[in-house]
Amino acid sequence: MKKNYWKIAAVILLAYTIIAGFFGDVPDINGIHQTIRNLYFHVCMWFVMIIMFCVSVVFSIKYLADFERKNDIIAVEAANTGILFGILGIVTGMLWAKFSWGQWWVNDSKLKGAAIGLLTYLAYIVLRNSLDDTGKRARISAIYNIFAFVIFILFIFILPKLSSGSIHPGDGSDSPLPILTIGSNMRIVFYPAILGWTLLACWIMQLRIRYRKLKL
Amino acid sequence: MLLKEIRSLIAKDFRYEMRRRYAINGILLYVVSIVFVSYLSFLHVNRIDSETWNALFWVILMFACMHAVSRTFVQENMNRQYYYFTLASPQSVILSKIIYNGLLMFALSLLCYIVYILFLGNKAQNELMFILCVMMGSIGISSVLTMVSAISSRTDNNFTLMAILGFPLLLPLLLILMKLSECAITGTGWLTALTYFLLIFLLDAIVLVLALILFPYLWRD
Repeated sequence: MKKNYWKIAAVILLAYTIIAGFFGDVPDINGIHQTIRNLYFHVCMWFVMIIMFCVSVVFSIKYLADFERKNDIIAVEAANTGILFGILGIVTGMLWAKFSWGQWWVNDSKLKGAAIGLLTYLAYIVLRNSLDDTGKRARISAIYNIFAFVIFILFIFILPKLSSGSIHPGDGSDSPLPILTIGSNMRIVFYPAILGWTLLACWIMQLRIRYRKLKL
Repeated sequence: MLLKEIRSLIAKDFRYEMRRRYAINGILLYVVSIVFVSYLSFLHVNRIDSETWNALFWVILMFACMHAVSRTFVQENMNRQYYYFTLASPQSVILSKIIYNGLLMFALSLLCYIVYILFLGNKAQNELMFILCVMMGSIGISSVLTMVSAISSRTDNNFTLMAILGFPLLLPLLLILMKLSECAITGTGWLTALTYFLLIFLLDAIVLVLALILFPYLWRD
């Protein structure tokens, strides 16, 4: 029970996110109105995806340093969880885009970055599955993971400079992050939501890692 | 020491290419015929606008480069590669391959540009900037693709993997290159284009350093 306190915290935080997210007070901004509640879900998905990809690349580097099998398992499961949250992020984002911009997909630097990130990591999974030898698979996919992650992160930073700004809030305007422009009554839901979703992702990852270790 | 190794490895690759000339001829013919196919498919439009001209050029070039580079690590059998690795350091192996592929791609893109001008007309107002852009692009694309071909050569379905691993990684570079060549096409001044040159230089440098760090792990079987 002692080791599981963070799982209880995840459940409580997510329950709070869902209840306060749907019933709490939100400012009525022109154009998005009540869909702003999607902030607690959509934006958090991307945070979690980036965190998971960071975890994945850290364990890939660790794998290349000591060639421990368990580091490779953590790396691949972090990438899998990241992909899951990335897909959820795209789905919630498309719903939001349909209601506020009128289209499922728009030409926007953040959307392009997200799509490239997902393509990169799906390719990583295909690469893994096309190698049979476990040691070789772990080593080669770790190399690809590091190579791809650096280019992906560079891409996210370079992309907004290439296109004439994003229609996402926070790009090119005075605030670097959309969080800073929202009111304090949204912040008290938004920050716990990020933590809650991150803990949930860790939980999913932990279960998947255990499953994989059992299969060995 | 390193320089000497790289020089002899490049010379070796060049001689090897000259002995098996059908491979390089195949790629040259590939470029010419793909430009001709694009010319035929744009015949009914009468005039192709400069945005399409630009996009088409880079897409053709990317596919040609992918074909050219995908052979890098599979044309010689594994045993012979082990032999090279006992002779030279992994850094000089990857650097020589990147330089060789970069030169090959620069030559390919020049050929592509010439054939392109013949069939589809020249839209670039600043030719020097366009060629410089193609040159800087060759270095970056060759570093990314050489590394990807080294990774995918370890698997069975080399070409499919080469494409799906390579495209997402090439896109950042390709988008900047397209922006820069747009500058060359519209004849924007050098000062505006400088940012893009710097960005490409930065990306080239980072990809090169990454390849140098990661490649030693790749060949250590």
